Amino acid sequence: MSAETNTAIREVLREHARLPVDVDTLSDDADLFTAGMTSHASVNLMLALEDAFDIEFPDRMLTRSVFESIGAITGAIDEIAVQNGQAA
Amino acid sequence: MTEVLPASTDQAEFAAELFEREILIESGVPGLYGRGAVFEQIRTGFDALVTKAAAPEGPETLRFPPLLPRRQLESSGYLHSFPHLAGSVFGFEGSEEDALAQDTCASAHEDWSEYQTMSELALVPAACYPVYPAVARRGAVPSGGFFVDAGGAWVFRHEPSEDPARMQTFHQRELVRIGSPDEVLEWRDTWRERGLGLLRGLGLAADVDRAADPFFGRGGRMLAANQRKQELKYELLVQIAGPEPTAVTSFNYHQEHFAQKYGLVLEDGSTAHTACLGFGQERITLALLRTHGFEPSSWPEEVRRELWPS
Repeated sequence: MSAETNTAIREVLREHARLPVDVDTLSDDADLFTAGMTSHASVNLMLALEDAFDIEFPDRMLTRSVFESIGAITGAIDEIAVQNGQAA
Repeated sequence: MTEVLPASTDQAEFAAELFEREILIESGVPGLYGRGAVFEQIRTGFDALVTKAAAPEGPETLRFPPLLPRRQLESSGYLHSFPHLAGSVFGFEGSEEDALAQDTCASAHEDWSEYQTMSELALVPAACYPVYPAVARRGAVPSGGFFVDAGGAWVFRHEPSEDPARMQTFHQRELVRIGSPDEVLEWRDTWRERGLGLLRGLGLAADVDRAADPFFGRGGRMLAANQRKQELKYELLVQIAGPEPTAVTSFNYHQEHFAQKYGLVLEDGSTAHTACLGFGQERITLALLRTHGFEPSSWPEEVRRELWPS
């Protein structure tokens, strides 16, 4: 995972996840739902990530676990990049 | 125009027979029907059966009209999850000239929406929605929580269908529990078994299954997957007509969703949890007609006794 990807994900989180805590205080494996992200906010997050990274999450990735941490989101974005033939 | 979901062959045959016997009365709009005497006899019999089943726990009776303040719908999250099912009320606020133009358009059955202005009202999408703000007004939820019997309330879903079991407006026989997480979950599980017993006691081959709401769009897939994984929704299913069994009752555990929106807190300051159950009265009535025949006078005696004890 590149540092830019991590920064970009954190930026989207800050804008769309409606977290009651500062994103910078969360580690990459911190559970975002435990940190206060609602189910509705996770949908907004998913759509905003698609926008920011110009990707589309396949149906099988539209689950809670894919969006539960910065690490999990990074893994999903990397996987899509590999499938699209781009370097992650 | 909204797309109308077509009926399967057996659904169409079932609907034709219901109309022929005036058990349901056609309006020209799929999913909008009048109810004949036979239908109402069954529906109200079931309504009373639920009242009786809940009575030992002493629920509090609250009743609400089929309209909701629009602001309440806006802040409920419904338009995020189900924008395709919501209905809002518009009204005319124009001049005399506008009224004439509107009438000319309307008389020709053309689009007259440009003369309409959004009102402060929306249609109730689920019978439990008015309950939470009503109870939240009272302040902290007392020890033991609340158990509300919200009656058989009219609700609206914008989903025209030729399947007679998928109506656009129907009665949800609604019970609501508000309290601590443990109280609410235990209530939901108890009523899931009790509801199953009620339906089986009426000779319906009902089963229980984990379920998800028909959330909108790709984001909705996420919400649905989440709902299933967390076992937040269960349904009772009965074969009525069509390729699959129909959900006739749902049990919904909202966790903190509604409590957070309306500030429902327990005495210790923590956020309350809520759950509700809704018996779909029309679907249960149709399931009974499908299972036992179109003439209740010839239904099995034990079923008649349950519905119409005298």
